[in-house]
Amino acid sequence: MRKFLSIVLAIVVFSTLVFSAGTIKIGVDFPMTGVVAAFGQMSWDGLKLAHEMYPTVLGKQIELVLMDNKSDKTEAANVASRLIEKEHVKAIIGCICSSNTLAAGPIAERAHVPMVSSASTNPLVTQGKKYVFRVCFTDPFQGKAAALFAYKQLGVKKVAVILEVSQDYSIGLANFFKKTFKKLGGKITGTYFYVTGDVDFTAQLNAALATHPDALYVPGYYPEISLMARQARQMGFKGYILCGDGAEAPELIKIGGKAVEGLYYTTHFDPKMAASEMTDKFVKAYTEKYHKNTDALGALAFDAYLLLRDAIQRAGSDDPQKIRDALENTKGFKGATGIITIHHGDPTKSAVIKKVENGKFVYAGFVNP
Amino acid sequence: MNIQLFLQNLANGVSLGSVYALIAIGYTLIYGILRLINFAHGDIFMLATYFAFYGISLLFLPWYVSFTLTVIAIALVGFLIDRIAYKPLRNAPRISALITAIAVSLFLENFAIVVFGGRPKPFPVLPELNKMSLIGGIRIQNLTFVIPIVAILSLLLLIWILFKTKIGMAMRALSRDIDTTKLMGVDADKIIGFTFALGSGLAAIGGIMYAMKYPSIYPLMGIMVGLKAFIAAVIGGIGNVLGAALGGFFLGVMEIMIVALFPSLSGFRDVFTFSIFIIFLIVKPTGIMGESMEEKV
Repeated sequence: MRKFLSIVLAIVVFSTLVFSAGTIKIGVDFPMTGVVAAFGQMSWDGLKLAHEMYPTVLGKQIELVLMDNKSDKTEAANVASRLIEKEHVKAIIGCICSSNTLAAGPIAERAHVPMVSSASTNPLVTQGKKYVFRVCFTDPFQGKAAALFAYKQLGVKKVAVILEVSQDYSIGLANFFKKTFKKLGGKITGTYFYVTGDVDFTAQLNAALATHPDALYVPGYYPEISLMARQARQMGFKGYILCGDGAEAPELIKIGGKAVEGLYYTTHFDPKMAASEMTDKFVKAYTEKYHKNTDALGALAFDAYLLLRDAIQRAGSDDPQKIRDALENTKGFKGATGIITIHHGDPTKSAVIKKVENGKFVYAGFVNP
Repeated sequence: MNIQLFLQNLANGVSLGSVYALIAIGYTLIYGILRLINFAHGDIFMLATYFAFYGISLLFLPWYVSFTLTVIAIALVGFLIDRIAYKPLRNAPRISALITAIAVSLFLENFAIVVFGGRPKPFPVLPELNKMSLIGGIRIQNLTFVIPIVAILSLLLLIWILFKTKIGMAMRALSRDIDTTKLMGVDADKIIGFTFALGSGLAAIGGIMYAMKYPSIYPLMGIMVGLKAFIAAVIGGIGNVLGAALGGFFLGVMEIMIVALFPSLSGFRDVFTFSIFIIFLIVKPTGIMGESMEEKV
């Protein structure tokens, strides 16, 4: 009996050793709770799917270590430290909000661990960094795309901008939008501000609507946009509401209701884009697994995982330094959201314009870089 | 700013202020009796919005049933929190109770994240209250009339309980001196439990009003609102229910007016709120209504 037990024990010990030696740990720094919890959860859905479809690389199992950054800058940095120091991950996927990636990025940079953000669009996220990459387009392009679409397609001539003062994403996007919109000949009637967690925007809207704009540009996140749209419509605003990729979450429609009907936003992905053969694969697998429509954040996280896996494959090693070099040399990678060629950490991709119609997000066009 | 815009802003301010007032009253009530700053008050407020939400969306109760049950259930929750968390510390130093209050607050927040999930939920809005009325060129949501009325009725009810009933007399006596009141044959724990139930019930009413006005509920929504209500209570003179109501109205109107007058500073609204709080603490720590420290509750 004792002999039998010791054999069993030996097998258990041996197999755990083999398995732990045979896994590659990848850290995930996502906002699973807090203000933009929907973003973290939508992204995690896409990431899990990618992991299920392609669970191995170099003959080893990939292990995802998810930690919640609570939609908070400080927590995002703490999570990056914990992933690197305690979990000894080989690479990190995250964060979502630009401000959080800006806080966590320097930690990955110092530790020489590559980090791939799925959805942080602010240009500063990768600027001057050797270890931070992303799979989405950047805000100078997104702002330009929104301005072009507003001016040329919607015929909007006067816009009031309402932005979030503590989010780098919002400030950057607003500036790039304004720059292009003015260059096109449009007029910015005023700029107003709010902070995350605000629920009452009546004072800002009162001032903004007094300037009689054709459209409001709100480059923020869905919790505030949905409440702001409600209040704007209640105050009798009939013009367009335009937003960035921070608007896309089911909560926008659930909370915004009728007020967000006709809201336009720029984003990264739509099944109609058919950017590469991976797009169809992703859409099919996603709808089969989750029985719901795909979203941009899920698709981007899906791509972030595949890009990282591809880099590890090309590096032929799980050494963080080699993974980083392979990421930097990514050329023509076929992702669900488009063909990705990394240049100074950033890809160049098309922007999709979507619209809320009858309580659904529908495709409304695209803008090429 | 023309007169019409000013009135529009004023209406919005009063409506925001009456929500703060409702929550501040409960805050100040508990402080007045126990000298305990109940940091969990904002989270009880959050819990109420979830109870009302699930009452309507999960149990398919009509709104008035769901809202009434919520207020009763939350009053019970308040009573239980006192029994479990604060009662064992009745004779401990005040700082222990304060630390416990913070712990209760953190517990409720994380409990809500686990049970209700971190993503915001859409609070059902009653179509009647959501309609806009046009009065003299100002657009006012019907709810904007309802909230101040509910706040004032709650305040009157509370004042009646405090000054016209026997239990209110016991509460006022406890706020002066717990030990002496006990000697008079008052069951202090029962009265304190009732105070918590009453304060939490008011937080529940405030929560329902708030959620109808800003129909997005999430587990951490109580933190900022709780802080604002606390500031309102201090501005009004903490421990004084009428002061808390006035403080709430003052804070709401001020928050809207600051943004209206200085649109370029609108991202820093909370800076003004907390600055005013600090100025009050320096210049008039007893608040608007706190004429003398003896006049608590």
